[in-house]
Formats: sequence, C-alpha cells, structure tokens
Amino acid sequence: MLSRMADNLYWLSRYTERAENLARILHVAQRLAALPSAYAGASNEWESAIATAACADEFKALYPDGATRENVIRYIVDSPTNPSSIKACIETARSNARAVRTAITSEMWEILNEGWNEMRGIEFDGISQSALTQFLQRVQQMSLRFDGAAYRTMLRSDQYWFQRLGTFIERADNMARLLDVKYHLLLPEKEPVGGGLDYFQWSSILRSVNALTSYHWVYRENVKPWLVADFLILRPEQPRSLISCYMALNDYLDQIAERYGRQGPAQHIARSTTARLQNADMDQIFQSGLHEFLVEFIEDNNRLGAAITQQYLS
Amino acid sequence: MSAAAAAAFFDEMNIPDGGVRAGYEAISEWLKQAPRELLVNRKLEAEHFFRRIGITFNVYGDNQGTERLIPFDIVPRVLTAAEWQKLVRGLEQRVKALNAFIADSYNGREIVAAGIVPEELILQNPAFQPEMTDFMPPGGIHVHIAGIDIVRVDADTFYVLEDNARTPSGVSYMLENREAMMRLMPELFGSLRVAPVDNYPDALLETLRSVAPRSASRDPTVVLLTPGPFNSAYYEHSFLADKMGVELVEGRDLLVRDNVVYMRTTEGPRRVDVIYRRIDDEYLDPIAFNPGSMLGVPGLMSAYKAGNVTISNAIGTGVGDDKAIYSYMPEIIEFYLGEKPLLSNVPTHRCREPEALRYVLSRLHELVVKEVNGSGGYGMLVGPHATKAERDTFAAKLKAHPDDFIAQPTLALSTVPCFVDSGLAPRHVDLRPYVLCGADGVRCVPGGLTRVALKEGSLVVNSSQGGGTKDTWVVET
Repeated sequence: MLSRMADNLYWLSRYTERAENLARILHVAQRLAALPSAYAGASNEWESAIATAACADEFKALYPDGATRENVIRYIVDSPTNPSSIKACIETARSNARAVRTAITSEMWEILNEGWNEMRGIEFDGISQSALTQFLQRVQQMSLRFDGAAYRTMLRSDQYWFQRLGTFIERADNMARLLDVKYHLLLPEKEPVGGGLDYFQWSSILRSVNALTSYHWVYRENVKPWLVADFLILRPEQPRSLISCYMALNDYLDQIAERYGRQGPAQHIARSTTARLQNADMDQIFQSGLHEFLVEFIEDNNRLGAAITQQYLS
Repeated sequence: MSAAAAAAFFDEMNIPDGGVRAGYEAISEWLKQAPRELLVNRKLEAEHFFRRIGITFNVYGDNQGTERLIPFDIVPRVLTAAEWQKLVRGLEQRVKALNAFIADSYNGREIVAAGIVPEELILQNPAFQPEMTDFMPPGGIHVHIAGIDIVRVDADTFYVLEDNARTPSGVSYMLENREAMMRLMPELFGSLRVAPVDNYPDALLETLRSVAPRSASRDPTVVLLTPGPFNSAYYEHSFLADKMGVELVEGRDLLVRDNVVYMRTTEGPRRVDVIYRRIDDEYLDPIAFNPGSMLGVPGLMSAYKAGNVTISNAIGTGVGDDKAIYSYMPEIIEFYLGEKPLLSNVPTHRCREPEALRYVLSRLHELVVKEVNGSGGYGMLVGPHATKAERDTFAAKLKAHPDDFIAQPTLALSTVPCFVDSGLAPRHVDLRPYVLCGADGVRCVPGGLTRVALKEGSLVVNSSQGGGTKDTWVVET
C-alpha cells in the first residue's frame, strides 16, 4: 500500500485514541476535584491532568498563574494553540480519514465524520458543566465505536495492521504517562492501613482506564497501589496494560513482516521491549525505580514509533 | 416568471394541454399521490444521506464552511431508451472526431492544411502544449474520458452545449444520486425499468487498462492522481479510486527513476503504468510546466514521452474543447469521419470575426456571451437577464478582446419539475453524459448527470452558481 496512506491510517488511529484518553483524563480530574480536600489529598488535579496530557510546558507559558479548572479544560478541550487538544485530535483524525477514505471502511468514516459534525455544533465558550461532561462522554464513545468498527469491518491486511499499530503505540504511551504522573502515589512504602487519603487517587487511576471493576475480579482485594501498578503494567489480562499493548504491537508487526517477507528494526525493538515486560516483576521495578522504568518505557515506545515511520511510512 | 412565459419552455414531463410524456407516467402518478410531508421527508432523508457519506464540494473563494452539499432534487429526470440510443450514437461520433482533431493538432495539422480550422486557433490556444507535438500517446487516444454537455429545447432537438475533454468531473454525483434514489424511492424502481449506471467504475477501469503502454505487464497498475483533500472534487477522486480498487495518489507519492514512474509503498517503490490524473496540465510536472507546482511529479513528462506511462486524459487535450474550436465541431466531424454530425451544435457567433462581432454587439440583450477559455459558468453574460450597466461593461470587454469570446442565442432550455419550497415547479436542466474511449472501444453508461438551475427562471446550472442535480433515468417505454 502507499506509504502516505499507511502513515495516515497510523496517525488517524493515534489521534482518535489520544482524544479518548484526554477525555478520560478530564473526566477523572472533574471527579477528583469535586471531592472534599480531606479525601482528595493536597494534589492539584488540574495540574496532574496537564502533566498527563504531556503539554505542561506550553501550558505554563500560556497560563503562568497555574492550573485551574477553567483554563485546563479550555486548553485540553479546544485551545487553538494546543495541537493536541481534543478538538484538534478529532479534526486531524477526520482530515486524515478524509485523505484515506479508500483505505478505511465506510463505517469507520461515518463514525469520525459524525463525531466531527457534532463537535462543530458545540459552542465551547462558556460551556456548561453538563454539556462538557456529555461531550467528553461522546468523545469516548466515538473512539470506542471507531475501534469496534475497525475491528469488525476492516479487511485483515496491512491497512488494518497499520491502523492497529497507531492505536497501540498511542495507548501504551498514554498509559505510561498516566502512571508516571501518579507514580509517587504508587510506591509501596506509602502503603496505608485501610482507606487512606490516597485511596481515591488510586481508584481514580483505575477508573480513568475503565479498570476499576476488573481490578477487583483479578485481585479480589482492596485497591492497593502496587497492585494497581502491577495490573496496568504487567498483567496481560488487562487490555490496556503496557504488556497487552506490546503483545498486540508484536503481533501486528509480525504479520506485516510475514506479508512483506522482511523484518526490520521495528520488529526487533518491539520484541525486546515485550521481552523486558514479560521478564519483569513489580518488586524489581520498584527497587530500580518506577519513575525511571516508566521514563525508559516511554523513550523505547517513541523509538518504536520512529522505527515504524522510517521502515514503512516514509 | 409568468405562467405564459413558463409555457414557452418545453417541459420534459408535462404536456401543456394536460397529460404526461412517455416515460414519466409512473413518476407523475406517484407525485400526485404523495402528500407534501412525504416529499419533504424524502428530501430531508436525501440530504442526510449525502451529508453522512460526505459527498461535498468546495467552493473556491468561499471562506465559511469549505465543504458544501450540492442541492439534490428528488424528482428524477427521464429519457426514453429510444431518445438515449439516438444520443449515444451522436456522442460516440463526437468523441471520435474530438480525438482525431486533437491527434491531428499535434501531428501534421491536416485540418489546417485543408483550410478548415485557422492555425492560430490551435497554436495560440493557451491549452496547446508544444511538448506534445509529434507525439502520439499509447493507443493513439488523447481523450479517454469526455463529458459532453447537452441541452434540450423541444421533443426532438438536443444541442451539444460544450465539450469537456480535460478532466470532466461530476460522475460521482451521477452514481451517488442513483444510490440515494434507490433508497428513497424503492416504489418507483419497482414499477419502472431504469437502466443501471453502477458499472461505470468498472468501465472506466477497463478503458484505462486498455490504453496502458506497451511496456506494461499484462496486469497494468492504474492509479488516480489527485491534488489532495483541498481540491473541490476530492470526494469524487477518492470515490472513484475506491470503486475501481486503485490507489489514490498525490504527487508526492510518485517518483520518476530512469523515465519510469513508481509509487512509494510500504513495501518499497512499485511501478505505475496508467495515471488517471485529476490535476491540470500545468501542475503535472514542475520540470516541464509550472516550476512552482507542489502537486506534480518531477520528470513525469519525460517518462510519458519515453512511452513508459499513460496519462489520462493526455496532456494538451484542452486544445479541442474550448469554445472557439467548439464552433468548428460540425466541420471537424465531417472532415475526419466523413459523416454528418448526429448531434447539433448551438449556432455560435465567433466574435473574432468582425461581422459576427458587430452582430453580437447589436444583440447583446438577447444573446449569451461566453469566454472562450472560461468554465464553470464564470465570466459569462446572459443578455436577457443582465442589466443595462452589466451589458455595457461586457460590451467594452468584448471590443477590447473579441478573440476571447463567442456568443450564442439564449436557448429555451427544457424544464423538469423540481420539488422546491413552493412545491413542484419547472426548472431548467442540462445533461452531462460521460463517454469513455479506450483502445477496445467506446463505452457510455446510460444517463449521465442532470444539472438543474434551482433559482426560478435561471439558466445557469453550475454548482458553483447555485445549481443542483437530479438523478437521470433511461427507461424502457
């Protein structure tokens, strides 16, 4: 297939996934910010939202007085200066989709086009709390439907595999960032004796990736910080965990290599990152530093993205 | 417009003294029975359908909302199978002659030697490409896809209004209009035998493959070259590429190495044999033409002339479809084919001829004056609808550059009922059938795109000027 088309498919999926993650981050920040400070702890939820969205530097330049509900929502949802705002993500995803109309199914196109049309009808200036919540929900639904449509309607060929690669590279990146912003809360030495201040923080992490219920099914325990980390990094049962993302990436890259009859750096990088995740255990990760582990993972993930671009998309 | 004035036009459905013309019976009956709310609903459904699939066009110079829908009218336009048969023979003849003329224009110019077409009309035509001189494209065909604009004035008379031999657009509307109508009006399709059009993409692909260069493999690779998503016809480009199952490429996806064209793919460079381009000549190759073009492919022209790739339509076909050459088409047909033209031309005054110019200036209030190289309804004067001031301004332009204009009588274009805000009302229409010309013969799917001037009394059907479209049905009677 055309390299440009593969590139468009890859980024279209990254932007859709990113829009969903941003919507989740805001959704959870709203929830936490609504708690009395005795429950939420001293942390500024709006600041961590900005940090998770990986746009702290640009944000600080724009709002030197710090993060508030209003300016964070504004910035993440529809700031014209933020190229990764939810609005910009949906715009970009839709225009990428438009450029590769022939490579995606009509179901996928219609979902994005509909989401985009709907978004254009919203006045974000002075948007009410309920309208905003509804919008964030619609963004998550759009991404879910898009993912489902891709899974159910796309031919299993390189077009599908490149589309999936974008989804999982982005998902892995977003998950690692989310964990890294909250990493200090996940350290075992902070172990509380039942229902401490940070309880709501941990459960909010799980909630932000729709994993609160499944956590209980897997561990049958109260929410414990090191188990949260274990669940979201190392457990293959959890579909958004770093290891799940990498097993998928490996799989799609292998299928591409098999179809094209050739392997390259992308396959090697994906394999070695997957192996590292498979051989790791949480104790060891905590010992050598959770933050360091996550930073290294984010770098490796970026390297894989660059290798895919170099090998196939340019 | 008064009722008396409206009656002066030939309505394709309603006979003035009552009754309905052949082919329209079931439609007329259905329209009579359908309550207004039903029609309103169907119209809304149609709009929703077009919006959802994203069939939009961009209007140049329109800043607000670059993507707009072309208004669609739910009342179909009907041609009987007999009428269509007659049209097709005329269309085939016309496109054959057009191809012969363009080939001759670049090779020998016998028609000039015979004293039929003045040489300067060819050589000084802005669309003439000297690069194409003494070059014959694969299969000897220049125009593979033509859109011939036809108007009707009475039961028996069809005129060719314009030939489009560059990159005629609109065929996606023909296909999507049918798709929409089959969803909206299943009851009508049940009672009428409407000739299908949905084999157009297959016919197009066959045509393109038939003109692949000799160096191509037995399974030639065809691509569709688009300027990109910001082009007004981008929807159509992606639609056609999808239906044909070929890659939709932009200039940056192609590269030329040793006079062979390749596309950049995830598996490395892959050879391209036929390029169905929807980019104008001057942007195709920054080395051969406009050096500032970001849309083209450096070296494409030299690969073309080396015979390693087919460009469709060929470069320089505009020499055959401007309005100055148009007036010579009857002679052109006779000269190359030795046949009488089956389709008439609109009587045309060439303002470059002093006598014609004097006549045109004295009759501006009743004529339509068109720019020789204009298209899309831009830069034309409809005399009877223009103000005195507009006519005076135009007269000055005409005197300054008479070569740039032709004039024609204001035609009493036929009307077809449309469902507008005030209910069913007659509106003027034209027809653009698409004629495909390959090494293996001429193909023409039954029907074409009917364009309709939705403004009451208006004769301008172009979408850029507020026109809409209708589905066109060729029915057995």
